[in-house]
Amino acid sequence: MTNDSEAPHPYDPVEIDLRNPLLAAVLAWLWPGAGHLYQRRYGKGALLMVCILITYFFGLAIAEGHVVFVRLKQPHPHYSFLGQIGVGLPAMPAVVQKMFQDTGSGPLFGSQVMAPPRGEVSINQHDELANWHETLGFAFELGTLFTTVAGLLNILAIYDAYAGPVFTIPGAKHGASPPPSD
Amino acid sequence: MFDPILAALPLEEINRLWYALPLVVTISLVYGATRHELPRPIIEHAIRFGLWIITFMGVIFVVLWLLTLGL
Repeated sequence: MTNDSEAPHPYDPVEIDLRNPLLAAVLAWLWPGAGHLYQRRYGKGALLMVCILITYFFGLAIAEGHVVFVRLKQPHPHYSFLGQIGVGLPAMPAVVQKMFQDTGSGPLFGSQVMAPPRGEVSINQHDELANWHETLGFAFELGTLFTTVAGLLNILAIYDAYAGPVFTIPGAKHGASPPPSD
Repeated sequence: MFDPILAALPLEEINRLWYALPLVVTISLVYGATRHELPRPIIEHAIRFGLWIITFMGVIFVVLWLLTLGL
C-alpha cells in the first residue's frame, strides 16, 4: 500500500512522450491543440483548443470578420496579422482572400469576411478601412486584440508541443534544488 | 445642464472592462498549461497568474487615475 510520502508531488516534472516533436509543432500551428492530441495529451490539447479558438472566433465575430486580413503595403499595413497567423488554419482564409483580390477575382464565397479593404486606402479619404473603424468602433479594436492574442497564445502552445512544458516549482528560488518527490 | 450621454460615458467605460476578464482567464490557463502537465498545477498556476495580471492592471489603473486628477 502506498502512503502519502511516496506519492509523487503534483509539481514534479512528468515524463512525456512527445512522439515526433516537429510534426506535433506543425499540427499545433495548423489547429490549436491538434499537436497535443497527436501526442495523446488529450486534456491539455482540449484546454488549449477551447481557450485559443474561443478567443480567436469571439474576436472575429465581434468585429464581423473584418479584423483578420492581409495588407502589407503602406499606408496602414495590418501588422496584427503577424500575430493572428499564429492561430494557423483559422486565419488562412485571409491569405486566400488576399490572393483572390490581387488576381481580380471576387471574394471567397462572395463574402467580405477576412478580405482586405477594397479600393485605395488613404489618410485623405473615407475608404473602406475607415468605414469599418467608424461602424464597428470599439469592436474593431477589441476584435483585433482578441484575435492577435489568440495567435500569440498558440505560439506558446506550439512551443509546448515541440519541447514540452517549462516546469516551474512554486516558491523555488534560482539555484535552489526542487523539493524531494518522496 | 444635465447631459445623459456624458453621464453614461463612465459606466460604458467600466462595462468595457468586462471584456478583459475572458482574456485574463484564457491567457492564464494557456500560460499555466505551458508550465505544467497535470491539471492541478495548471489550474493553480493559472489562478496565481490571473490574480497577478488583475493586480498589475489595477495598479496601472490607479496610477493613471491619480495622474488624471491634476488635469
